[in-house]
Amino acid sequence: MTSLAHSVLTGNRLALARLLTQVENDTPAGREGLNVLFAHTGQAHLIGVTGAPGTGKSSLVNQLAISFRKLEKRVAIVAVDPSSPFTGGAVLGDRVRMRDLSGDAGVFIRSMASRGSLGGLAQATAAMVQVFDAAGFDVILIETVGAGQSEVDIARLAHTTLVVEAPGLGDDIQAIKAGILEIADILVINKADHAGVESTERALKSMLDLAHPVEKVFQHHGQSLAVVREERTHSASEPAANLWVTPIWRTVATDGSGLAELVGSVQAHAAFLRQSGEWSMRERARLAAEFDLFIQQTLVDRFRARVPEERIDQVLESIQKREFSPREAANVLLSREDI
Amino acid sequence: MNEQKIRVLVAKPGLDGHDRGAKVVARALRDAGMEVIYTGLRQTPEMIAEAALQEDVDVVGLSILSGAHMALAPRILDLLKSNGQGDVKVFIGGIVPDEDVSRLKEFGIAGVYGPGASTEQIVLDIRAIIAKRA
Repeated sequence: MTSLAHSVLTGNRLALARLLTQVENDTPAGREGLNVLFAHTGQAHLIGVTGAPGTGKSSLVNQLAISFRKLEKRVAIVAVDPSSPFTGGAVLGDRVRMRDLSGDAGVFIRSMASRGSLGGLAQATAAMVQVFDAAGFDVILIETVGAGQSEVDIARLAHTTLVVEAPGLGDDIQAIKAGILEIADILVINKADHAGVESTERALKSMLDLAHPVEKVFQHHGQSLAVVREERTHSASEPAANLWVTPIWRTVATDGSGLAELVGSVQAHAAFLRQSGEWSMRERARLAAEFDLFIQQTLVDRFRARVPEERIDQVLESIQKREFSPREAANVLLSREDI
Repeated sequence: MNEQKIRVLVAKPGLDGHDRGAKVVARALRDAGMEVIYTGLRQTPEMIAEAALQEDVDVVGLSILSGAHMALAPRILDLLKSNGQGDVKVFIGGIVPDEDVSRLKEFGIAGVYGPGASTEQIVLDIRAIIAKRA
């Protein structure tokens, strides 16, 4: 099955599609393929697109892809839609809004179901993105499940996170709650031809003035406490040396208005990340989290393989009788030398 | 998490603008635990084959109400084959005269469902044919 990964590297689209399935299903072939491909990753610009259902994420992704194609970038799209919590089935409908991209060999669209994950992505999304990265796509657009206030996994995966809003979805209290708005590197007000765009923009601006940029600077650059507040205008997307001021852009994804400015801003953000060193910091944080996860998974697998199930049942029983706390019981079981 | 989901592309080739039936079927397949990729109206055979490839589906369901099934179905089968996806099973739902059904099956269409066909039967048939392939 390594040959599948090698065919991906030579640009075979069927092999790419098949390897994506193996990776999505977390099969041995998929894991092996990822190992082979890993050395070829780290080149693509990963762009997350998130926001509430109905804000026009899919249409915006369609327009972003068209714009990046004009810049001769190869574009992959990973679109995540929710699985039914009851049957595990899903209807994945994002392609309906992406028909403009059909017939272009420089574009590859893959739909995926969330399969029970709650963070707005599926468990295998990051791994599928790695496959596209290794396959030589320059830009990977990752569209999350229609997200509310806490589906923030995308910010850990993407280099640049776009949060899409639409007029008329919430008042200014919604805007100052923590969560999804805070992860935005770029805010987009889509459907900007609809009524209410002014008040939406005002609410988002005041939220940014309250929360930004001080906080992000604290988080990422511990020592640079002195921050010069810049006048917030649409030209504020010019990369400053060590400070990214989240811009707000208006778009109409159905006709492409505002897209040139948005794409310029996305590229400016990539330039900012590289210049400021944040690109490699985000990369490192992401890889550390992935590494951590594998350590955990491996240790859990090893634990399950060595501790008989009856023993675990016994212990669960005594936990339920309140003889031990779960933490005490885990400590006892983990004190075995072979784990 | 090692799941093998049946992936189905539900597509509407041709020019008729009525996709109620396709949506009912998509929903029934979802309720049967399958992952359904829905592409929307007015797809060309090339668009359908391309989507089937990118999504690496096991099954393609075509909704054809326009009467153009004898032209569209073989074209789509050919495109799938030339893309290396000859193993993908293709079903048709729509209005197909009886005399065409047997010819479509000779071309390699796995099943044809007219008005009044039960969605349960479609689910059973897809499961059976995928189980046989595996």
